[in-house]
Amino acid sequence: MAVLVLAEHDNASLKPSTLNTIAAARKIGGDVTVLVAGSGCENAAQAAAQAAGVAKVLLADAPQLKNQLAENVAAQVLAVAAAGGYGHILAPATAFGKNVLPRVAAKLDVAQISDIIGVESPDTFTRPIYAGNAIATVQSADPVKVITVRTTGFDAVEAGGNLAPVDPVQAVADSGKSSYVGSEIARSDRPELTAARVVVSGGRGLGSAENFKMLDPLADKLGAALGASRAAVDAGYAPNDWQVGQTGKIVAPQLYIAIGISGAIQHLAGMKDSKVIVAINKDEEAPIFGVADYGLVGDLFAIVPELIKALD
Amino acid sequence: MKILVPVKRVVDYNVKVRVKSDQSGVDIANVKMSMNPFDEIAVEEAVRLKEKGVATEIIAVSCGPQQCQETLRTAMAIGADRAILVQTDVELQPLAVAKILKALVDREQPQIVILGKQAIDDDANQTGQMLAALADLPQATFASKLEVADGKATVTREIDGGLETISLSLPAVVTTDLRLNEPRYVTLPNIMKAKKKTLDVVKPEDLGVDPTPRLKTLKVSEPPARSAGVKVPDVATLVAKLKNEAKVI
Repeated sequence: MAVLVLAEHDNASLKPSTLNTIAAARKIGGDVTVLVAGSGCENAAQAAAQAAGVAKVLLADAPQLKNQLAENVAAQVLAVAAAGGYGHILAPATAFGKNVLPRVAAKLDVAQISDIIGVESPDTFTRPIYAGNAIATVQSADPVKVITVRTTGFDAVEAGGNLAPVDPVQAVADSGKSSYVGSEIARSDRPELTAARVVVSGGRGLGSAENFKMLDPLADKLGAALGASRAAVDAGYAPNDWQVGQTGKIVAPQLYIAIGISGAIQHLAGMKDSKVIVAINKDEEAPIFGVADYGLVGDLFAIVPELIKALD
Repeated sequence: MKILVPVKRVVDYNVKVRVKSDQSGVDIANVKMSMNPFDEIAVEEAVRLKEKGVATEIIAVSCGPQQCQETLRTAMAIGADRAILVQTDVELQPLAVAKILKALVDREQPQIVILGKQAIDDDANQTGQMLAALADLPQATFASKLEVADGKATVTREIDGGLETISLSLPAVVTTDLRLNEPRYVTLPNIMKAKKKTLDVVKPEDLGVDPTPRLKTLKVSEPPARSAGVKVPDVATLVAKLKNEAKVI
C-alpha cells in the first residue's frame, strides 16, 4: 500500500511542514506519493520530487486550486485517492492541513487521527490530548487512515538529492460555493515560528504592544522567530499567528526563551518539547520555572536590554 | 435565519487532568466541567448576529450524556433560544458527532452552523470540517471576523503568517478562533430565563446515526516529564550557560 502526502506550499515553494509529513509517511512504510495541488506550482512540485523518500509526485495545476480553498483541495485529494492504492492519507497539522483533511476523512467515512507525534505501526499512532497532558495511543480499523502530522514530532527529511517523477493529474472543478477575497500576510525576514531554531516569546508581563517591541532586537540577535502567550495575544500585544500553545502553534526549537510568561497549561502544551527552555519572570513561583532549564528571576525590563547587550 | 450552534461539555480549561494509573484514560471523576471555550465564542457570535437582526433563532445542540443539559442551559443563558440534547453514553468521536449534526442540519435547515474550531479535551479539530463535507456545505475555519449579508458570509480566517478572507454562499459552516469575540458574562436573570427555554432530548438512533467509535484507544499515558533546571543569578551566567553548557547560542 502507498501513502499519499498532501503537500503544503504557497505555489512558489514547498513549505517545510511537508518535509516533516513525508518523514511520518516513511515511518508508516510503503511508497510515498506527494500531491501538489495549486496553480502555477510547478516549482513546488519539483521541490517535492527532490525530497528524500518520495517515489512520485502528482501535480494538479489549475486556477481553482490557487488559493487552497478547502472544498476544492479536499475534492482533489478524493479524486486522487479514488484512483486507488492508498492506505494512508497524510497532511501536516497546520492551519492548511487541519482545514482540508477532515473533509477528506468524512467523505471517505473514516475517522481522522489528528496531530500524531508517533507511528507505532501502520494502524497505531500516538497523539497528545488535553493540551499534551496525556498521550493517547490509538488504533484505527478503517480501510484508509486519514492523518494530520504534528511537525515537531518528526524530523524533516532531506530536502534534496532525490529525483522522483512528476506526473500531472486532472484538476477537479471549482465547487462554486466559496471564493477567495484577499489576505494580509505579515512580511517578515524572521524564520517561520514552527521551523525556527530559536524562539523568543513574550507574555502578559510585557504590559503593552509597545513594550512587546523590545523583543525585536533580541530576536534579531539570535536569528529567532517571535512568539507570544495566549494572554499576550488576548491583550492585543501580539498578533494571533504568533500564539504558542494548545490553541496556537506547537514549537520545539533548540532554544525557547519565555519572557514575562507565567506558564499556563495551555502555553506549556505548545513549547515543552523545546530542547532548551529559558524563563525570565519576576515571579519566582511562576509555573514556567517548572519546565525551564535556566530560570532568571527579575524585572524583564532590566534583563532584556542587558541580555541584548551581552549577546554582542 | 436560523443559526445552529453545537456546544461540547469538556473538562474546564483550568483543570490539569491526571492520567489513570491503569492507563485506561484520564481521571475526570469530580473535576469541574465547562462549555468548551471555543464553543462559547460560537454561541456569543450567534447571539450578536441575532442582536444585529441578521439571525432570528439560535438553536444550541450538544451530544453526550445527560449532564450536557447544563452546557445547553449555559448556551441559552448567553442567548440561544432553544436547545437539543442528543443523548448517549457512548464515547463520541468527531465523525459520529458530525453525522448527528448533519441529521440536525437536514431537519432544522439552518443558514449558518457556528462551531468551536477544536475541543480542548481531544484537541481533534475536525467536527466542523466533517459536518461541512457531509452536508456538502462550504466552510470557513478559524474565523476571526464574520459578516453576513446578501446570502453570503464573508469570513476572515486566522492562517499561518496572517489573515485570509473568503466568501461563502449560505448555508455554510464556520468554526471560531480566539479573536472572533469576547463572550459576555451570563447574568443571573438570564440564567433564570434559560431554565424556562425549551430543551428537547433525542437519541442518535432517532436521527439514524450509529455513534460507535471508529478509533480504539489502546492506552493513555503520561507525557515524558520535564524536570525543572536551575535558577541563574544574572544575565552573564545565563549567557555563559547557553554558550558553554547547553551550546545553543
